[in-house]
Amino acid sequence: MISLTSPVETRAHGWPAGAKLAALCAATLLLFAVEDLAVQAAFCAGMVVLYALPGRAFLRVGLGRLRMLWPFVALIVLWHLVTRDTAAGLVIALRMITAVGLANLVTMTTKLSDMMAVVRWLATPLRRFGVKTRSLELSVALVVRFTPVLATKGQMLTLAWRARSRKRAGWRVVMPFTVLAIDDAEHVAEALRARGGL
Amino acid sequence: MERNLTMIALFAALIAALGLIPKFTLGFGVPITAQSLGIMLCGTVLGAWRGGLAALLVVGLVALGLPLLAGGRGGLGVFASPSVGFLVGWPIGAFVTGFVMDQWRSAPVGIAAGVASVIGGIIVVYIFGIMGMMVTLNKTMLEATLLVQAFIPGDLIKAVLAGLITSGLAKARPASVLSRA
Repeated sequence: MISLTSPVETRAHGWPAGAKLAALCAATLLLFAVEDLAVQAAFCAGMVVLYALPGRAFLRVGLGRLRMLWPFVALIVLWHLVTRDTAAGLVIALRMITAVGLANLVTMTTKLSDMMAVVRWLATPLRRFGVKTRSLELSVALVVRFTPVLATKGQMLTLAWRARSRKRAGWRVVMPFTVLAIDDAEHVAEALRARGGL
Repeated sequence: MERNLTMIALFAALIAALGLIPKFTLGFGVPITAQSLGIMLCGTVLGAWRGGLAALLVVGLVALGLPLLAGGRGGLGVFASPSVGFLVGWPIGAFVTGFVMDQWRSAPVGIAAGVASVIGGIIVVYIFGIMGMMVTLNKTMLEATLLVQAFIPGDLIKAVLAGLITSGLAKARPASVLSRA
């Protein structure tokens, strides 16, 4: 399964994941505390500089990931043009871009295994109370493995539909699709029990 | 125990896989993805706890950086974007959907699933979605509601579909519809 971690190796890849997450929390809190347009613009420029440091390829991929925000940016700026409060609109839009950009930066520079280590550390108090966190790790592995498997099965169902009908396969595919997922779940449960269970 | 775990994991994978199916578009041009239908199905099929945990698993994996949302989106950035509320609302919405399903056993499966999906999958999820918009976009509740109302008709259709699909599943795999088994 493809993850969102950047293949361009940056210096931040080696930093501890917990520290990056804590810094992200602090930065986001700061962003929401500041209401000044000039400061927000400076933060946003700083965020773009961080993306530019590892090189052009990293910058292009990183800014591409902010694409989903453009409709919201357009909406907010238009809204505040109508209400004649453009400065406030720009503050909201800039803050949103910077916050999402910084968060994506952490995702792009942290491997899934490092993130899992943070989760395991956070779950330490649960283990004290006798909760088995091993099953959590197993379920994560199952989701990672079965998402592409189910996606392939969904495509097969759509193809089979296309072979029989001129119309596009719509919601009707979801019902057999769910049956396939249920059957897979029952089989995997049986296989786990056969191997000694959890 | 093993069955609960694999059902939760496979439904989480189902939600992710539904995001990969090309989205179908409603008549009046609002694109709807099948993922929120997956959230409703989690509750109607798995029941409150298992359904909520399946949705929580998806949200957790998105936070860890997997591109499980429709269009390959994911990562921590989603939690700073205006749609964060919907994501946070998913596990609670799936839980409430399952809770209604668990409680209302006297009704036929399809009708109970449809109504449960409206309550959990639409009302609860939208309450959180609107709160997320209020915070990230600095809007009042009325303004935020105005921004999301275009998606409500599509979600109502999905609630009807969730009812139809769940009643179909109750016939095809009666033992596996855990909310009624």
